[in-house]
Amino acid sequence: MERNEVLIKAGKSALNYWREVWRQRELFWILGKRDVMVRYKQSVLGIAWALIRTLLTTLVMAFAFGKIAKLDQTTSIPYILVVIPGVIIWLFFSQCLLQISYSIVGNGNLVSKVYFPRIIIPFSSFLVGLLDAIIAIIFFFVVCIYYQFSPNWHVIFAPVFLLLTYLGAFGAGLFAATLNVKYRDIGQIIPFVVQFGYFISPVAYSIEEYKTKWWYPIYNLNPVAGTVDGMRWCLLGDFAEFNWQSFIPMLIFVTISVLFSIWFFRKNENSFVDHL
Amino acid sequence: MKAISIENISKKYILSHKKKKYQNLKESVSGFFGELFTSKDEEETKEVFWALRNVSFDIEQGDRIGIVGSNGAGKSTLLKILSRITEPTSGQVKVNGRMASLLEVGTGFHPELTGRENIFLNGSILGMKQQEIKGQFDEIVSFAGIEKFLDTPVKRYSSGMYVRLGFAIAAHLEPEILIVDEVLAVGDSEFQKKCLGKMKDVSSSGRTILFVSHNSTAIQGLCNKAAFLQKGNLVKYGEVGEVLHDYMTSISKFQLQQNWETPENAPGNDKVRIKNIEIVPEFINANKNIDVRTPLKINIEFWNMLESAHLNLSIFLYNMTGECVFNVGSQAKTFSKGLITALLEIPANFLNDGSYYISVMIVKDTADPIYFMEDAISFDVADWREGTNWYGKWPGAVRPINISVKTWKVDGLI
Repeated sequence: MERNEVLIKAGKSALNYWREVWRQRELFWILGKRDVMVRYKQSVLGIAWALIRTLLTTLVMAFAFGKIAKLDQTTSIPYILVVIPGVIIWLFFSQCLLQISYSIVGNGNLVSKVYFPRIIIPFSSFLVGLLDAIIAIIFFFVVCIYYQFSPNWHVIFAPVFLLLTYLGAFGAGLFAATLNVKYRDIGQIIPFVVQFGYFISPVAYSIEEYKTKWWYPIYNLNPVAGTVDGMRWCLLGDFAEFNWQSFIPMLIFVTISVLFSIWFFRKNENSFVDHL
Repeated sequence: MKAISIENISKKYILSHKKKKYQNLKESVSGFFGELFTSKDEEETKEVFWALRNVSFDIEQGDRIGIVGSNGAGKSTLLKILSRITEPTSGQVKVNGRMASLLEVGTGFHPELTGRENIFLNGSILGMKQQEIKGQFDEIVSFAGIEKFLDTPVKRYSSGMYVRLGFAIAAHLEPEILIVDEVLAVGDSEFQKKCLGKMKDVSSSGRTILFVSHNSTAIQGLCNKAAFLQKGNLVKYGEVGEVLHDYMTSISKFQLQQNWETPENAPGNDKVRIKNIEIVPEFINANKNIDVRTPLKINIEFWNMLESAHLNLSIFLYNMTGECVFNVGSQAKTFSKGLITALLEIPANFLNDGSYYISVMIVKDTADPIYFMEDAISFDVADWREGTNWYGKWPGAVRPINISVKTWKVDGLI
């Protein structure tokens, strides 16, 4: 048992905060596990849903964009293999973004009754999405076997891009979560953003031939662009180039947004209770 | 050693008085621009509300502190600051030792999860490590009495089970400082008895307890010191008996005596005029509050202006719901003109706790009321318990505990 003296006063004490986060790291797992358990309780299919979700999204996209929009003529490897990395990243990103931005308000009863470093809440809300992403990657490998496609050594970087996706969602989501406590509109805006974000990210298509266009750099400010391209490079081996033009902006976006949103969160953390 | 040192804690809230309660992003943004151009009429009024003002006191290790005050006094705000749920506006608190607060029973319970899963979830949220919870698991389950329902989702629990489980987990936290906010307000009497018993155990092992409650009897039974908060200020901090006395005095509306010097300005009519009505408690053992053990004397004096009248007095005792508890009268006697005194003695251990008022009627010839004075005096009777761990409200209009119930065994019957 620790014998420490705790000082409570107005104004932040940053040093102790992160030490506390470490001390209560178990809570991170507990909350994440809780979200996963709750999601699949009382459901017959349980974890199979994760698989079904990925499968259906892929099939629908392959149909709508591939067959109808005829994008499947543009790729040298089976279109469905191009689509899946996009789907993995997109589902992971959008799920995390939605979960994180709602996390503080959704856990209002905890925030207003118990003390623990509040940043653990948004940190833990990605475990649900992660589980889905892992299942989706396994699904990809199954599809690869079907098409007799073998990815190369780039695959080991897949976790890196998953992490970057998570950080991108975290950066935006944490900021949204903080705003959402006081201004509940954000809760309405985020699903809307997710909806159209889907189209301006290279999930269903590959944007390679438009690299020379003037709007390409702006397009790459979208962190999903960077991570999808990266994931494609990982999973499709030599068939996808490593796109530095989308990678660098993505890294910059992720770093700035995470640092900014953590600062913003900490600044407003102590007044959450007054708005919940 | 000081467990908690509270120094000049203040908490300010800003209340805005606008037509719309919600603030959304659009209003904030447009409000910002609007402020640059707006005329005075459209400005919102802001009121500063001090929930706590310069509250300071020290708590030694092992103290059991009761925190009393009427609603809105700042008790929960103080607990929230101590629990670090919200920040103080100014001042500081030094806390020595692990602190656990129970501001609400079942914090973090998720209705879909089973009792077992929720024990780990709730315990972890409250600060226990997984190992600790595993160690205490069986005790928690038996304290709550939910062995049969461990694997059913908590949403199926009755409210009693829910509350018992929540308290069971918190009670086994083993912190150095335990903060409890009115959890006795929920749950049946059996549960309350268990809670108080457990808190007594916790405190007898040297831990510090802060306990907020409206139940003064429980506070008297459990605490050694108390703090009385009123409208954000600390009115008194000290021995529990003294503080409770101040608290009760402040909340009771009583009028123990009314008297008039001359018949001219006294209430009455041309036949009788009341001079004095008072209630005189006979305090025992330096007690300063009227409680159920206090015998009460009611003195009434009135002027009789009639030459020779056959008068008697009828005294009505009402409780706060307007029910008449009893109505007793004096023997009718013939009195000549002059000052007449009446005395009513209410014995100890007769009245139940509560608020009462007395009305007086003067009757002529045993059937003809000539004057009725309503609500002449009012007083409160506080509760007192001895030899029991039960702290619920004792039912009944009266509490004649000296009328005993005898029990004995009858042999031979199946």
